[in-house]
Formats: sequence, C-alpha cells, structure tokens
Amino acid sequence: MIESFAELMQYRFFTNALLAATLASIACGIIGTYIVSRRIVFISGGITHASFGGIGIGYYYGFNPILGAAVFAVISALGIEMISKKTGVREDSLIGILWSLGMATGIIFVFMSPGYAPDLMGYLFGSILTVSGNDVFQMAILAVVIILFFILFYKPILFIAFDQEYAKTHNYPVQLMNCILITLVALTIVMSIRVAGVILVLSLLTIPQTTANILTRDFRTMIFWSVVFAFAGSITGLLVSFQLDIPSGASIIFSLILLFLAVRISGWTLSRVRLMKQMNGKLPHQRLADKKR
Amino acid sequence: MEKILEIDSVTAGYGDQVVLENVNLAIHEKDFIGIIGPNGGGKTTLLKVIMGVVKPFRGKIRFFTSVEENERRITGYLPQMNNLDRNFPISVTDVVLSGLMSREGFFSLYSGKQKKLAYSILEKMGIYHLRNKPVGELSGGQLQRVYLSRALISSPRLLMLDEPSTFVDTRFETDFYEILRQLNKEMAIIIVSHDVGTITWYVKTIACVNRFLHYHRSNVITQEQLEAYNCPIQLITHGDIPHTVLKKHEKDHD
Ligand SMILES: Nc1ncnc2c1ncn2[C@@H]1O[C@H](COP(=O)(O)OP(=O)(O)O)[C@@H](O)[C@H]1O
Ligand SMILES: [Mg+2]
Repeated sequence: MIESFAELMQYRFFTNALLAATLASIACGIIGTYIVSRRIVFISGGITHASFGGIGIGYYYGFNPILGAAVFAVISALGIEMISKKTGVREDSLIGILWSLGMATGIIFVFMSPGYAPDLMGYLFGSILTVSGNDVFQMAILAVVIILFFILFYKPILFIAFDQEYAKTHNYPVQLMNCILITLVALTIVMSIRVAGVILVLSLLTIPQTTANILTRDFRTMIFWSVVFAFAGSITGLLVSFQLDIPSGASIIFSLILLFLAVRISGWTLSRVRLMKQMNGKLPHQRLADKKR
Repeated sequence: MEKILEIDSVTAGYGDQVVLENVNLAIHEKDFIGIIGPNGGGKTTLLKVIMGVVKPFRGKIRFFTSVEENERRITGYLPQMNNLDRNFPISVTDVVLSGLMSREGFFSLYSGKQKKLAYSILEKMGIYHLRNKPVGELSGGQLQRVYLSRALISSPRLLMLDEPSTFVDTRFETDFYEILRQLNKEMAIIIVSHDVGTITWYVKTIACVNRFLHYHRSNVITQEQLEAYNCPIQLITHGDIPHTVLKKHEKDHD
C-alpha cells in the first residue's frame, strides 16, 4: 500500500498536488501573517464563506466554480472594506450577513443544479489530489504577485497595518492599500479552497501564523516561519490524505495543529530547562546578582 | 516670533456633523499650547484638521513653510493611545522609522542613514537598548517614548501630542514633561490634555476647545474664565481651591 515518494512523483496528479501545496503555503504564509497581525480573521472568514455563493452559481451555469468564487470573494471583500467605513453599518454585522448570504446562495444553486454534484465535498473540505495544471498555474501567478507586492511595498504594508490613523497623517494612500490587500486576501482564500476547502481554508491562514508567532514577534520573520509551517503542514497533510483517502483539508489541519503543539511544547520545555539550569546550585542572592548583570 | 501656521475660520466635522465651528488660531515658533476641553469637544479633530486628515467644510489652514518643506513634514504627531494594538509584530526601530514615511519613500527599504537617525533619537529618549524589542514587551512609559521618537524623527517644527499622559505612570510623567520642555526650545508644541492641573505647569498658553475655540494667552486660568469660555472642566485638583491652584504651582516652580 505504501508507495515510495519517487514512485508517487511520477503521477501527474501528485506533482500537481505538491505544487499546489507549496504555492498555497507561500500565499497563505504571507497573507495570513497580514490577516493575523491586523486581526481581520473574522473578515477573512466572511469572505471565505461568501465565496461559496460563487461556487454554487458556477455549478448551476456550468462555468468554473473557482471563477465564481473569486468574483464573490473580491466583491464581498471590497464591500466590507468600503461600505462599513462609508455608511457606518457595523462591520461585524455586515460580515455576518455576507457570510450567511454567500452560503445560502451557494446551497440554493447547488441544489437547483441537475444531477449529483460529486466534487461538492471537494470544494467544502478540500481535494488537493484533484488539482489541475490550470489551477496550479493560477496559484503560481497569485503567489508571484503577492511576493512582489510584499517586497516592493513592505514598509507601507507594515506601517498601515500597524497604525492606520497615523499613516493617514502622513498622507499615505491608506484606503488604496487596504483595498489592494483585502483583494489579495480574497484571491488567496479562493486559490486555497482547492487545497483546504471553504470550511477549512481559514486554518491555513491562521494556524501556521500562530505557530510562527511563538518563535518571533517580527513581521518579516513571522512571514518566513508561517510559510515554513504552512508548507510542512500541507505536505504532511497531503501524504496522509493520499494514504488514508480522506479530504485533504482535514488532514492538513491536523498536521498544522500537531505542528503547533510540537512548537508550543518544545518552546515551553526549553524555557523550563533553561530556568532549571540557571537555578542549579546557586543561592538566591547569587541568582539575584546574575539577573542584575 | 515667526508664524508656523494659521487656522483661518475653520469649520470642520464628519459627514454632516459639525464638530468645530469657526475656529481661528495662529501657531508661532516656541509656542507651547495646552488644549483642554470636554470629551468629544473636538480636540483630536482639531489636530487632524491641522494635519490635513480631516478636511475643513469651510475656512483654511495656511502653512508658513519654506519651499523645500512640505506641509506634513513640519508636524510631528503623537496620537491618542486608545486604539493601538500592543501585540502587533513590529519592533521599536520600525515604529520610529514609520515617522519618516511619505509618498516619496514608498518603495525602498530604509537607508543606513535613516536607521542611524532612528537610533540617535532612541538614544536621546533613553530607550536605545530597547531598539530591537517588539512593542508588545514595553511598559506604558517606554511605549510613550517610542511614539514620541516616531513623532520627532522627521524633525518637526510643530509637535502635537494627543493626551500623552493617559498611559503613563506618574513617575515617568515628570520626566516626560521635562523632555517636552527641552524640545520646546527647538519646536512649537501643542498638547491635548484633560488634566488641566498638570499641564498648566508646563504650557505657555491655553486653548479651550468645545466646538468653538477660545484662546487664552496665559497659563493661568480660573474656573470663572473656563465657564466664560464654555469649557465645562473641573480645575480642582488635589483638593485645592480652584483659582489658587495655579498661583501655588507658579510659586513652586520658582
Ligand atoms: N472618525 C470619525 N467619524 C465620525 N465622527 C467622529 C470621528 N471622530 C470623532 N468623531 C466625533 O467628533 C466629535 C469630536 O471628537 P474628538 O475630536 O475625538 O473629541 P475629543 O478629542 O475632544 O474628545 C465626537 O462627537 C465624535 O463622536
Ligand atoms: Mg481626543
């Protein structure tokens, strides 16, 4: 049953899955760091679920559901960004409305579609093993755009995310940057739906970042470690998904969580050990003197 | 004394709500103005109008700057601290460097020169050793100095502080005002506070903002005057009788 990695690599579907996992890790590692730092996880959840409306419409009218999801995601992302600021509608209420409206739309259209929808589960829970070459190509473009954007505009992204009000006092195009970034968030979510599914994609944008945040409190370093953890988690998840024939989203999340626990516990143990060593064989006043130095 | 800027009959607000009405104020070099007024009176809005973040409905802000200085570069700003995220993954040095941000320097990373500038200011503020720390690990007083450094890195001619004492322990507060007194030798300062008792020690003049602005050309103010300015603020601090508080402070001072 267990095939060697080299053997697996000969299958087209498997290399596609591997590429998809890698590209999703890069995009989600970067964008997720932005999401977690700015505390817009709830907005991202809203965008994710709103995109399901597009998937349903894609099903019904017979075009690529991911395209429909992208349209829905970007429109709701920009809607949340602009409407709540302009009209004074409560942002979280608006997100809640878009969240459920998107799901409702999706369900209605999926049910109206003739016949059985076999890959619906794939959109909900991820099906990384069915990713096509075309999907990989789209993900690659998005990853490149995100990398370039974050390299070129690192400073403004960081400063605006940290303190918008202050950035405005320096005549920064805050609104424009926010719109571009929330669009990238929406596209990253949609591109990762293939990997982890609508229900579970948020995990790729939050769990690796939380793990990275244990190691560092620097934005740049956090991006790096998030990509690393997202990559490790999704590759492991991919292999497990393949071996046990379960939805990739679920196995990826379990890998990410285990990784988080491993880092958390080893960090905790390490500081414990260090503390014990410091205390070893020293009288309290010596310890105090050490601390002062 | 040379004029830095002039607020000329400015009416401003948000949407259709008027927050400031017909405000006039000229700010000169070496000014040290304390802005007082009730919560929601429009103090923060006034600072935002000066920085161009809030556009006036009517009236004008005139800057008297040399050709090479653009309007925003001459102001340094320390915002009210209530909505800052302490857990954001950013280092002290990066926060200070963000005081240099402008449309022009949109791309490039920081030059070594800018970093050196940031370090020298951190050194002046006595927090150079914290330069690589994430802001989440600082105390209120240390954080306040970081934000002050950010406001100072662009060498402003006008420093604006919005309720800087809210987050600071009393021990640091004395230091903080001493720093401001030193800075005032080089730049004009506007400080918003509702702790009238304390700021009158340091400021030279007082402006009362409560929709309208009343300028008081002295740092001695009485309860009666405040009422005349329509500025419902209690002067009484430390149980002293209102109009003797400030006289007493002045004596301490000499
Ligand atoms: N961004 C904003 N949008 C709408 N109204 C605002 C905004 N900021 C402040 N206000 C309103 O303007 C008034 C003055 O606020 P502010 O200038 O912050 O007062 P202060 O700083 O004196 O407490 C308040 O009634 C407040 O609700
Ligand atoms: Mg205020």
